[in-house]
Amino acid sequence: MLSNTEVKLEVTSLKKIFDRKIIFKDVDFTLNTLDSLAITGKNGSGKSTLIKILANVFTQTTGQVSLSINGKKIEKQYFYKYIGFVSPYLNLYDEFSGYENLKIIAGIRGLPDNNIEPVLKRIGLWERRNDMLKIYSSGMKQRLKIAFSIIHEPQILLFDEPTSNLDAEGVQLVDSIAEEYKNRCILIIATNDEHERSLCAKEINLNNYKKDGTK
Amino acid sequence: MWKQALAICKKDFRSEIRTRYSINGLIMFIIVTISIIKFSLGEEKLSNELHAGLLWIIIFFSNSSGLSRVFVAEEDRGTSFVLKLTASPKSVFLGKLIFNTTLSFVINLFVVLLFLVTMDVKIASFGPFMLIIVLGNFGLSSVMTIIAALISKSNSKGSLYPVLSFPLLLPLLLSTINGTWLSFEGSGITELLSEVQIIVSYTIVIITASFLLFDIIWNE
Repeated sequence: MLSNTEVKLEVTSLKKIFDRKIIFKDVDFTLNTLDSLAITGKNGSGKSTLIKILANVFTQTTGQVSLSINGKKIEKQYFYKYIGFVSPYLNLYDEFSGYENLKIIAGIRGLPDNNIEPVLKRIGLWERRNDMLKIYSSGMKQRLKIAFSIIHEPQILLFDEPTSNLDAEGVQLVDSIAEEYKNRCILIIATNDEHERSLCAKEINLNNYKKDGTK
Repeated sequence: MWKQALAICKKDFRSEIRTRYSINGLIMFIIVTISIIKFSLGEEKLSNELHAGLLWIIIFFSNSSGLSRVFVAEEDRGTSFVLKLTASPKSVFLGKLIFNTTLSFVINLFVVLLFLVTMDVKIASFGPFMLIIVLGNFGLSSVMTIIAALISKSNSKGSLYPVLSFPLLLPLLLSTINGTWLSFEGSGITELLSEVQIIVSYTIVIITASFLLFDIIWNE
């Protein structure tokens, strides 16, 4: 990834309603290259919903999310090229090995296979690369999700509870990836964990975006 | 778009070969259905018109039980996010359409072969018959792919699939049944031209509408 890429993520008047219940409303923020943001709030406050909307895998009720790279606005259908996403709701393919999963993803993204080895070595799964995903532990699956999120060197890295199921070594891995990304692009973490929150310079608490006048 | 679509299609084939989610169930379904029809008919001889109708009923229900997996499996296993995060919606739809069309072609070929062998049907015009089967295959898979995307988000996937696809497929099925009957009777391409035109136009309309609608279905 180019270190001199100017990335701008702009969120304007974002609102999400589920079954006539307002999850959050009037969410506004702008992030530029080298910004990092923690999305916090109690359980059910909409942290995962907001991060899924930012990743363009979920739609908002009203409001806008716009992304521009070097001043050029990116169409929503192409957000995936610039975003890396780790979430508890994301599952990779159980019937394939860790290596095959990344090979499939690289194939769909049009990336060369030689990206796979360094990424698998970095996340500590190279030795277990040929094991089927169905026999991976939850921590190993979480590591593979992290590999999935960084294999294409995204401009925006979105982490939803990234250290869940990880051992101490895994938490260090998340720390190092978070440090690297916040020093060259945009990092967003949805979390309730104090350590994960401390990885980010800015914070938005969704408890404050519920009802009229409470923002 | 084509490269992404082919990579998604390749992934689905590898997944199908490894898990056999669809193919085993489909083969059993086809064998059981044709056996039941054969046993219930006994020695009775059916007209060519009835044979054509029966053939397309079997093809419709066989495809109904197999083609929905393409999106339902992604939603059920939570892997749809992987596709949403790695490819554009149009590439995903094209990849799934190519996979479903190929799978539908294999299903239909198996159904036709087994039907012709067990039901003792004589095809007077083989070329036009194969043309109707191949074109019908494209129409059927295009409708069933977009319906699969729609129902994958609902709770009652299995029952919704044939219910939703039947009214949409009715114009296509009427033309394919008529075309198949005419080919059994020995009609040439010129007599089948109007049916061929309907099937081709129908397929083009469905595929165009699907590409326009898929972004909304996929991201909702």
